[in-house]
Amino acid sequence: MTWWQRLHNHTQVEAQLDAELRFDFDQRVAANIRAGMTESEARGAARLAFGGLEQIKEECRDARGTRWLLDLWQDFRYALRTLRQKPGFAAVAMLTLALGIGATTVMFTVINGVLLKPLPYPEPDRLVALNEWTDKPTQFGNLWAFTYPNFLDCRRESRSLTMAAWGGNSGTISKPGEAEHIEGFQVSANLFSVLGVSVTRGRAFQPQEDRLGAAPVAIIGHGLWQRRFGGSPTAIGATVVFEDKPYTIVGIAPAGLRLSPEQDADADIYFLAGQNTEPAMQNRFAHTVQAVGRLRPGETLAQAQAELASIGRHLAEEYPKANEGRTMVAAELRPDTGVDWTIRTEGSSAQHDAQSTLWLLLGAVSLVLLIACVNVASLLLARAVSREREIAMRVALGAGRNRIVRQCLTESAVLALAGGALGLVLAALSLRPFIVFWPGSLPRAAEVRLDWRVLLFALAASLLSGLLFGLAPAFRAPVRKLEQILRAGGRTLAGNSRRLHSGFVISEIAFAVVLLVSAGMLGRTLIRLSSLDPGVNIHNVLVTRTALSPRSLETPAQIRAQWKELLDRIKRVPGVQSVSMVDTVPMREGNNQLPWWTSAALPPPNEQPLALATSVTPDYLKVMGIPLREGRFLNDQDRIGNELVIVIDDALARQAFGGRNAVGKFLWVPAMSSDPVKVVGIVGHVRHWGLAGDDQAQVRAQIYYPFAQVPDPLLHRWSELMSIAVRTSVEPLSLLDSLRREARGAAGDQVLYEARTMEQLATRSLARQRFLLLLFGVFAGLALLLACIGIYGVLAYLTSQRIPEIGVRMAVGAGARDVIRLVLGQSLGMILAGVAVGSLAALAATRLLERLVAGMKPAELSTFAAMLSILILAALIASFLPARRASRVDPMSALRQE
Amino acid sequence: MRHDNSSPKSDLPQGTLDLLILKIVTLGPIHGYAIAQRIQQISRDVVQVQQGSLYPALHRLENKGLLAAEWKESETGREAKFYRLTAKGRKQLKEETESWARLTGAIGLILGSEGDAN
Repeated sequence: MTWWQRLHNHTQVEAQLDAELRFDFDQRVAANIRAGMTESEARGAARLAFGGLEQIKEECRDARGTRWLLDLWQDFRYALRTLRQKPGFAAVAMLTLALGIGATTVMFTVINGVLLKPLPYPEPDRLVALNEWTDKPTQFGNLWAFTYPNFLDCRRESRSLTMAAWGGNSGTISKPGEAEHIEGFQVSANLFSVLGVSVTRGRAFQPQEDRLGAAPVAIIGHGLWQRRFGGSPTAIGATVVFEDKPYTIVGIAPAGLRLSPEQDADADIYFLAGQNTEPAMQNRFAHTVQAVGRLRPGETLAQAQAELASIGRHLAEEYPKANEGRTMVAAELRPDTGVDWTIRTEGSSAQHDAQSTLWLLLGAVSLVLLIACVNVASLLLARAVSREREIAMRVALGAGRNRIVRQCLTESAVLALAGGALGLVLAALSLRPFIVFWPGSLPRAAEVRLDWRVLLFALAASLLSGLLFGLAPAFRAPVRKLEQILRAGGRTLAGNSRRLHSGFVISEIAFAVVLLVSAGMLGRTLIRLSSLDPGVNIHNVLVTRTALSPRSLETPAQIRAQWKELLDRIKRVPGVQSVSMVDTVPMREGNNQLPWWTSAALPPPNEQPLALATSVTPDYLKVMGIPLREGRFLNDQDRIGNELVIVIDDALARQAFGGRNAVGKFLWVPAMSSDPVKVVGIVGHVRHWGLAGDDQAQVRAQIYYPFAQVPDPLLHRWSELMSIAVRTSVEPLSLLDSLRREARGAAGDQVLYEARTMEQLATRSLARQRFLLLLFGVFAGLALLLACIGIYGVLAYLTSQRIPEIGVRMAVGAGARDVIRLVLGQSLGMILAGVAVGSLAALAATRLLERLVAGMKPAELSTFAAMLSILILAALIASFLPARRASRVDPMSALRQE
Repeated sequence: MRHDNSSPKSDLPQGTLDLLILKIVTLGPIHGYAIAQRIQQISRDVVQVQQGSLYPALHRLENKGLLAAEWKESETGREAKFYRLTAKGRKQLKEETESWARLTGAIGLILGSEGDAN
């Protein structure tokens, strides 16, 4: 029989034990009668010989080894019974816990899905992230993406790894159906097999297809398959036209495949990197692909690293110009970095933000859980004190100390588990809204769901908090002197517990202070940031990425003509005031950082100052409403063949020329030209990194250079990057359809995509701060509420313990006001102690926030003062109710309680 | 454990009761009362087993799988719990009997040699 069956058959076993012993007893009586005794004599003798029936039963139960289980069962039922007796108490305690555990579980579920869960590939621990490494670090660090030639060489040489590569390849698909811009990848033929994923239909790429000149093939994503082919199997073998080239579809990629943790939607299409005819793919200076590898059976990461180092050395010898000081490195592919282990700029990747935001929120939510635990602990303690006599009685009747402690803990465990179950339901309900409200896209959002880890976490959190709030009352219970308690009669001696209770209140207040001050600081920051001037006039501006017709990209002259025609057409749309081209839009992802210097003798690469370079057309200033400070902005005369000119912002003017007489001076910008470029004007600084991030950004200085002076060889690449910015006289998004129609072009394959208003971009640049404020606000409110409930409960209890004393005071002449003052004074003492402790902790917390949240400034005294007064006021209101009740005590009946 | 359940109240050495019970049960299925009677008879009233020791021992042996039990009609016509030896119990009995014989033999030797010396 298993333990469970024993417990289940418990009543049957008990009946049998009873029958067995009774049979023995009856036999004995019968034997005694046979020996000549009367019936009553026989019974008496048998009973004497038998000893205590109950005691024998107990020993038999012990012998069967089910004792602890029976005790547990008994304790469990006892706990249920006592909780049922006080449904109000049970409900408040359970709800409190459910809120704490529920909120914590939501945070953990997200952290689990985003950061902890292994990547959704078979044997994820055999996958390694691969990068090029250079001994001359730039501001971006040492790690680089692979050049395609280096990747091919490494893959051929490596014995320990099978290597695969992938890179972005987005563009316009024009057949079948309407022209549309889609996001795609170019991959090595073995990428799917290295990751361990397979196509859902059709076939994977073949190695022999992965070269120049092979028949062009593509694998399309699930989304595109549904959109363009209605999910029909005839898509396999069909043709898509991408960037004006036809590809035969050979397979359908599985939905949900993510190559980078920052990729928020399925890719629409995959091509073969080896079929890419762009010169960059043959260039050992162009870092175009990410690489990932799978360790071959029996190989270790260390072996792979050693091998890559030696391959890197050989390549550096063979191609010293491109590869000197360069090698290849491998690292464990971690779930929180994903396959994309590339260079991070400005430490502001979505993944990094998500990580710190999540840990921050988990910390905040743990405080709420702690307050909930303290609350329940104080409730339980109050009950334990009032149950002191009952417990003393049970000890007197022979219950051991351990048994009593165990029973108290069972009670809190039952409470905690019930609260935890309720909390899990709350978590399940609030998980989706939480993800939807997440600023930007949450990495790996699809993998965020309740699973066994989450259940385990909720269980552990429940039991741990049960232990936490159950311990104090449990260990307190039997320590008091039995006799003293029993003799004390109805009066309980609250002295000991008063100190413990004050401790609870103080810690609750302290936790609440931390959350309130943090929320206050976030609120302050958000208000300050929202009122900042972004440097551009964000009203009535629409920016949209633009893909020219692939057919018009053949010659530089054609490209320039095509852009000019497009701008002219758009300018004619009713409602459009002005239009310009721009490559990197303020507050949107994307930037171009170029080194500059004030003479031809540039410092070494890692010491060169950087500026954000933006290529624009002359109307950009008008469209964005950027103020001109000195000189002139770019004009139509600034084109190829004329002197190279730039306009700088006042930040660069200060940095390079001390802010004085910059116009007419020269800057050396090697990426633009080996000759110096002339500064013709100074404009206001624009918060490129967003309202929050710009002040702390490392590279803020700005350079504007004319698109018309982009050299011919770069023109094709630049054209892929350009956006169009439009200032309108009406609501910008209302013009989108007519703009799209006008942009279509002769072949109908020119598309505008990712259209945003500048207002949207400005709002989004504060999304993270707003989200944090919202949640911290919710947590702080919750903490305040719980702390007030706690104070109310503790004071109500402590005051009821003091009623006889209050009675005496009133009998000797104290008035209602004096009593209220007495009680409030007691509560104020606890509150102020909590505020003092909490303020210190809050200072530490705000330091942390400053480090993790862009735009945070050190805590101001006024924020502290405002938040603390809210807290103290709320706490005093919570204490007022018990105080008033105490003041209405009738002295006579109070004294009679003695 | 608060309940001390190991030592029988008779003067039997530790563990001997289990051995005696196993031995008696080899004679065939038998209920608790009869086991006590049988031990008393065979030992000519020297060993008297208290119920307070007997029944916990029986339950312990059953729990260990050395004894099996079933409810059958007794000689008086009433249902009683009859114990019988399991294969595991038989093995245990054999081992314990041998070790008991060795021990008593050894003790006998020691006691005997002491007499010679006097």
